Amino acid sequence: MDTLGIARWQFGITTVYHYLFVPITIGLALFVAIMETTWLRTRNPDHLRVTKFFSKLFLVNFAIGVVTGIVQEFQFGMNWSSYSRFVGDVFGAPLAMEALLAFFIESTFLGLWIFGWDKLPPKIHAACMWMVAFGTMASAYFILAANSFMQHPVGIELNPDTGRPMLNDIGAVLFQKLQLITFSHVMTTAWMTTAVLIVSVSAWFMLKKRETKVFRPLVKGGLWALLVASLLTFVTGDLQGKVMTEVQPMKMAAAEALYHDADGASFSLISIGTLDSSEEVWAIRVPKVLSFMATGNPNGHVEGINNVQQRYEQLYGPGDYKPNIPVTYWMFRFMMGAGFALLAFSIVGLWLMRRGRTPKKKVVWHLAIIAFTAALIGNSTGWIFTEMGRQPWTVVGMFETKDSVSPSVSPGTALISLISLTLVYAVLAVIEVGLMLKTIRKGLPDEEEALRSLGKRNPLSDSASGGSRDGDGPDDPDSAGGAGGTKKDADDVLAFAY
Amino acid sequence: MTLNELWFALIAVLWIGYFALEGFDFGVGMLLPPVGRTPRGRRVLINTIGPVWDGNEVWLITAAGAMFAAFPLWYATLFSGAYLPLLVILLCLIVRGVAFEYRGKGSTSQWRRNWDIAITVCSLLPSILWGIIFGSIIRGVPLDAEHEFTGSLGDYFAPFSLLTGLLTFLLFAFHGAVFLRLKTTGEVRARALRVALPTGMLGAVAYLAMVIWMQTFRDGIGGMQLGATSLVVGLVGVVAMAAGVVLAKAGRDGWAFTATAASVVAWATSIFTALYPMVMPSSSDPAGTLTLVNAASGHYTLKVMSWVALFLVPFVLAYQAWTYWVFRKRISTKQIPPTPGEAQDHHPDDDPIDPTDPSGPNRSERSTSGAGAASSGGS
Repeated sequence: MDTLGIARWQFGITTVYHYLFVPITIGLALFVAIMETTWLRTRNPDHLRVTKFFSKLFLVNFAIGVVTGIVQEFQFGMNWSSYSRFVGDVFGAPLAMEALLAFFIESTFLGLWIFGWDKLPPKIHAACMWMVAFGTMASAYFILAANSFMQHPVGIELNPDTGRPMLNDIGAVLFQKLQLITFSHVMTTAWMTTAVLIVSVSAWFMLKKRETKVFRPLVKGGLWALLVASLLTFVTGDLQGKVMTEVQPMKMAAAEALYHDADGASFSLISIGTLDSSEEVWAIRVPKVLSFMATGNPNGHVEGINNVQQRYEQLYGPGDYKPNIPVTYWMFRFMMGAGFALLAFSIVGLWLMRRGRTPKKKVVWHLAIIAFTAALIGNSTGWIFTEMGRQPWTVVGMFETKDSVSPSVSPGTALISLISLTLVYAVLAVIEVGLMLKTIRKGLPDEEEALRSLGKRNPLSDSASGGSRDGDGPDDPDSAGGAGGTKKDADDVLAFAY
Repeated sequence: MTLNELWFALIAVLWIGYFALEGFDFGVGMLLPPVGRTPRGRRVLINTIGPVWDGNEVWLITAAGAMFAAFPLWYATLFSGAYLPLLVILLCLIVRGVAFEYRGKGSTSQWRRNWDIAITVCSLLPSILWGIIFGSIIRGVPLDAEHEFTGSLGDYFAPFSLLTGLLTFLLFAFHGAVFLRLKTTGEVRARALRVALPTGMLGAVAYLAMVIWMQTFRDGIGGMQLGATSLVVGLVGVVAMAAGVVLAKAGRDGWAFTATAASVVAWATSIFTALYPMVMPSSSDPAGTLTLVNAASGHYTLKVMSWVALFLVPFVLAYQAWTYWVFRKRISTKQIPPTPGEAQDHHPDDDPIDPTDPSGPNRSERSTSGAGAASSGGS
């Protein structure tokens, strides 16, 4: 394989892997922030226990999300230096903004949150997690703005000397319609992923009949959140389909493997054959759905692959402008299938749990536990569809993938990178899943343990230490200069330590 | 000052900040065996940097992002050219980042020991490799007229680059040891001094050698626009490092840390001032040299990014400084809470647990009262 092929595999593997963790961290940061705020409002220790429990799952995921994110930033320069040179003027800006606005907030406030239970006033402590949640969403926003530029380059003029795009309207890059819709879609799917994660984890406790008093409301609340997020995902996905048809007609045609223009085009749920409809063996087709998805009109006109190809040849010269059709066709179906499966799951689940009912059959809880995998499948296939559907371009209409790879990197070097990253990622995946399962099996911390971790900030403690020790917060003068601090402080056990 | 110069300065500041901050957490990481020594001792070390290391690392992400935005050609040439050293750094940062979070979540001492080894190795290698990469940048690497790297891995292991690699290793180890002097008490603090003195003294020698050697590139002071500045700043750094040794020995922890931070800042500053106005000098085709003009983004992009930086950087500095303030207290082995499974694998040469350790009874007392209050509050 040449450097291009290896670099593409590395990008695919590292990106899909990174994105297994991203939606969970986006949603769980928000959930943990909400639960901690609820605990502060209600002073019900169960809410603190739930906060603590899910924050452990959050941190295990966040760690991998962060470190695999660094790879994403570095590999643009390492494997895709020609791409970086070509688009740096535009593409670098949202990346730098992401680091300055989002990454600093996430990392700093998470450090404060993890270690600050007994050092910060409770409201400030909760606010730190809200900042982390904001950081995760801001991060998603900027990186999606960069991605939307690749799907639909806007806000630029061409430099006549270099032929490279020069940014001339940052607002267009940050707020183009495709970006606003893509961001909404990614947010709603992140909420779906997190909602089903909460349901699946809680379902395990329901199955084991552990702490059902705490987990039953979590199952039900998670199902409601899943229902709402699924419906919102349906809406945002529909909007995205329409704007995609507008700016990337090839991708929409490839999603259906529609080779010829059609009015009132049908949508095939599944098909067996060559996908170019010349030898369709068998298919289930729903009439007019494709036209409706693409245009909003059941009888609307949808461009076929061959027509777009012809148009692109006139525009960009001879070449093959088709993505890998079987991949786009099937990924699109897996993505939508996963979404609808989760929507159905939430409705059935809510029905089974209506008015205080709790399903007795174990199979129900087993199904609820594995439901989470649907979210991972939906997220991964959605991104594979959107990135593979953009091929052969890195920046649609401007720059092709084959021209993007680093000229100075030999296939051997690229292969070392691909193999070592894949191996490390595989080992980390095993460790990560092991830790997640271990954390889940351990269950909620008991009330005593949860409150103890608040140290001197325990609001339910009426012991003398509670009030007086609040004083040695940020305005305590010792330890800044002296060698040992006072005896009392030196012996104070940390509420949390790695 | 043109926008290109402003961004050259800003990127220099980001790298300088990265080395000054992550420098000490790399140092702490690689000192786990000699200074941490026992399980509890190692946990003291890890907890001194626990709340801040990730924020420190973001300086790197931001430096790289800012290079991508302001000088895309610099970013592209450097990252594709220094491919294998960067790959090793990446792998280390991956493992190290996960290690901090995961080491306390296992249940055996073997698990924690493995992660501790990972932290040590993955702090050590990037410390050396960053020195090697920046030593190679200042020395020049072969670039063709298209600014593509045409050399091989060997170009990164020239004698001068190896010297800077050795220097950053010593510099960060020293910086980390002095940080531990400032942040710990008891036996950990005592052991930190035993590492600080030799690394500081050897480091000062290597530092001086580097500053002198740098004068032989591109006709020395005369050949560089800011050659004199670079030389003076470099020598100030050598003096700061020597002063750090003296101050650490004298027990002036705060001043010693100021001195080591100053020596790291001076080291990176002397490199960037020696580069100016180039960003990546070519050692082969002179046309391959990247400067802050030919590597830069357009005026509009630089202007937009300047406004963004102007608004955001003060906030970043403020809340990061606040974090250091919140966690400014010293940590001792007695303050480290037990981890599950620690009791049964208590090592003979572990820190003796003081039978009168007030943390034990204290804690259970507090938690009992806490639970009591909780149940009364709940009813």
